[in-house]
Amino acid sequence: MTSIILLSVFGILNLFLGFLRSNKVLLPGAMLLLLAVFGANYADWNVAHAPYFNNMLVVDNYTVAFTGIVLLTTILLLPFSRSYVVSGEPNLAEYYALLLFSLVGAIMMIGYDHLIMLFVGIEILSISMYVLAGSNKRDSRSNEAALKYFLMGAFATGILLFGIALLYGATGTFALSQLGAAVANPANASLQPMLYIGILMMIIGIGFKVSAAPFHFWTPDVYEGTPTFFTAFMSTVVKTAGFAAFLKLLAVALPAAQGFWMPTIQAMCALTLLLGNVGAAAQTNTKRMLAYSSVSHAGYLLIGLVASKGMLTGDAASGIFFYSLAYSIATVAAFGVLKLVAEHRQDDSYAGLNGLGKTNPLLAFVMTVAMLSLAGIPLTGGFFGKFFLLAAAVGQGYIGLVVFAVIMSMVGLYYYLRPIIAMYMQPAPEGATPVPVDGIQTVTMVVLALLTIALGVVPGFMSGIL
Amino acid sequence: MLTAVLLFLPLAAALLLLVVKGAAARALAFGASLLEFVVAAYVTFDFTRHGSTAYNLDYRWIASAGINFHIGLDGLSLLMVLLTTFLVPLILLSAFKRDYDNPSTFYALVLFMQTGLLGVFVSLDAFLFYFFWEVALIPIYLLAGAWGGERRVAVTLKFFLYTVVGSLLMLAGFVYLYLQTGPAAGSLAQHSSELTAFYSLKLSAAEQSWLFWLIFAAFAVKMPIFPFHTWQPDTYTEAPAPATMLLSGIMLKMGIYGTLRWLLPVVPLGVSQWQKPVIILSVIGIIYGAIIAIRQRDVKRLIAYSSLSHVGLMAAGVFSLTQIGLQGAVVQMLAHGVNVVGMFFIADAIERRTGTRYIPDLGGLTRRTPILSVCFLIMLLSTVALPLTGGFVGEFLLLAGVYEYNAWVGAVAGLTIIFSAVYLLRMFQRVMLGPDSSFSETITDLTGGELLVLVPLIVLVFWIGLFPNTFLHISEPAVTNILALVGR
Repeated sequence: MTSIILLSVFGILNLFLGFLRSNKVLLPGAMLLLLAVFGANYADWNVAHAPYFNNMLVVDNYTVAFTGIVLLTTILLLPFSRSYVVSGEPNLAEYYALLLFSLVGAIMMIGYDHLIMLFVGIEILSISMYVLAGSNKRDSRSNEAALKYFLMGAFATGILLFGIALLYGATGTFALSQLGAAVANPANASLQPMLYIGILMMIIGIGFKVSAAPFHFWTPDVYEGTPTFFTAFMSTVVKTAGFAAFLKLLAVALPAAQGFWMPTIQAMCALTLLLGNVGAAAQTNTKRMLAYSSVSHAGYLLIGLVASKGMLTGDAASGIFFYSLAYSIATVAAFGVLKLVAEHRQDDSYAGLNGLGKTNPLLAFVMTVAMLSLAGIPLTGGFFGKFFLLAAAVGQGYIGLVVFAVIMSMVGLYYYLRPIIAMYMQPAPEGATPVPVDGIQTVTMVVLALLTIALGVVPGFMSGIL
Repeated sequence: MLTAVLLFLPLAAALLLLVVKGAAARALAFGASLLEFVVAAYVTFDFTRHGSTAYNLDYRWIASAGINFHIGLDGLSLLMVLLTTFLVPLILLSAFKRDYDNPSTFYALVLFMQTGLLGVFVSLDAFLFYFFWEVALIPIYLLAGAWGGERRVAVTLKFFLYTVVGSLLMLAGFVYLYLQTGPAAGSLAQHSSELTAFYSLKLSAAEQSWLFWLIFAAFAVKMPIFPFHTWQPDTYTEAPAPATMLLSGIMLKMGIYGTLRWLLPVVPLGVSQWQKPVIILSVIGIIYGAIIAIRQRDVKRLIAYSSLSHVGLMAAGVFSLTQIGLQGAVVQMLAHGVNVVGMFFIADAIERRTGTRYIPDLGGLTRRTPILSVCFLIMLLSTVALPLTGGFVGEFLLLAGVYEYNAWVGAVAGLTIIFSAVYLLRMFQRVMLGPDSSFSETITDLTGGELLVLVPLIVLVFWIGLFPNTFLHISEPAVTNILALVGR
């Protein structure tokens, strides 16, 4: 709770700092504020809190853990904003403020205990993202991305809201725990059609936010058009918050309706894995590849939802947490490197990474670690992320789904290796100069790589905490 | 503790090499690998006197999933550790001969790979084993891909995909076994991935039948066994010489070692069910590799196919499930490691001098390079399995094992010796003897530095050939133990 208050206050504070219009103040300022929020969030670990706002929001370890991921991701992402958000830009402070506000939305999505709170959280996060997607005003692709994201997002919001309304109609409550009891109550059997349509619509709404197939079609275009910095934010924070919300919804409110949503989620999962991986394999643009890859990772996380079987703790929930963490860190690293390189070389295709191993060994190394992690190769967090999720799913008997996921991750290897091939096995373009990287970015890069490797070598410190 | 030192010393050196550049990098890399060998030699000495208990290390690694960091040594691991630590300094020495771009990164990757390889040989936990198995793959992929020949990108990508797909299947098998340990529907923390837990599982014959292929897939690709071999000749040819030596000298042994440690005792019923098909595939590999080798005109490719042929015999020996066959496989792993590294080194030495590996372009080199020819001939004859050399002991025991399994199969497998004499001697004749080529006047003989690599290899060739018991004694209890677990 402290984190929400702090973020809101800091967001406004940031707007006031905006008159300086200088990145020298705003960037370190935002980072310090976020570190303070991270600390405040950490202080809530293992502390029993009274529920807030008439049980609309709970701060438990689940909330703290996922909030930790989104905060950490944002902190590690901020240093890459530097060259994008140029000093002297009139709206400089607004970008940082929007990021902080959007985090408030993300935390509300994670900590909600009431469907209205979920809706408000999703909207706070989404509206910030619509604006940020279009923040590169002079680029028509960015405008297109923002418009597309907004229109699609608005539809999805409508559908989600409709779903919430139907759920309310069927059960007479918005509160998650009461919902759970009402859904389980056999007396409500006559309301089941309404309930099921409601559940379906909510799945569609959230599925859209986390870009799970078949609601993923906006992802590549929006990711490509959005300035890379915000794309990274979108594919990590929005997805983590979305899955935390998704798991909570299924596990707390709807475990009794498992017979209905389980096949739906399984089908979505298989479809997402297929379309994400096959789509990514067909790309020649690194950013679009990462967009499709983010779809495919939604597929792996959906396996976690299947394996959770309506439990908020245990192997599957821990697996989702670990996977989100590993995925977020690797994705920030990948987008961070891509942003620096693509900006310098004016090329975000695979060829734009050619010979990076020669000109910028550090960037190439970090990108390699990120790609290996996303591909799930040992020594990186991504391996144990996949391992925990798949082992949990096998433990629950979903062998078929796991086999399919393993086959799909073999496809994944193909496209995650392509940046590595470009960086180390292709010559640098004529007259290529090293990509400029400043001190704080270098430090962040090293931290990202070390975190990924730490998660892959000693995963024990983060696994099984839920 | 020494096991941990063995495991992480090369890694520490590799990390240091990321900052140390220039001539110091060379000294550091070589010094570290030499020190590593000294440690391994001390461990061997100590092991033969006191036994293995002192070398077990067992820590909680991922408590929430019941996975341990458990490493330890027995005779079989020890020999593999010894082979690895012996070859890596020589491979590094051979790398010093070439001017690679960014050499300290090159050495760092070699040393990083050494940690991966050693990890494979000492792991006693399935996930630790899998972890190191994949860790060994990343550096060799970069080594071959970044410093390789013209077709390196396509070739190394194929290699990587083949091996990773194999490994993923193995992982799937391990996950299944892991979930069979402990209570049926417990949380992950109640399961165990310990080797001993796998050994004590009671699995039905039907389960073991498919588990066999899941696990064996990774080993079959790595060895490689026909028909999983298609990555091998290309990769061996395109990779830079030191990487080829790592691949053929050590990495190939991961497959045989894995079969011995993680396949035979874990799914014995599956093994007896598939024993015959695997032996037949291995024998096909022997003949197939040899016949193709006869037709090769590229020295490196010829050695690659010869290696394919020889590894087929090792696989057949292992799957004969006889004491003598397994012992033969162990000795042959050592002998083949030494031979193939020597052969690739000499091929590289010739290429460095003449700029070509194409056999018809070469000829009549002996006159000006007597030392090189002698070294070449020794390595070659050991590969052909001439008595008194290491190759002979290994192949003899292997053939005896296969013969014990089935006399006819043994007879066919024995063709490997005849075939390898045909293609290797023919190559020697056309490269070193025969009519003079444009290089025969200008070529220079081996330098002292190169002899530094070859002499230890030659010493070992004769050591294994004359006193094989040094090694057979070390591996015997381990092999007996494995066979007892298989139920033979």
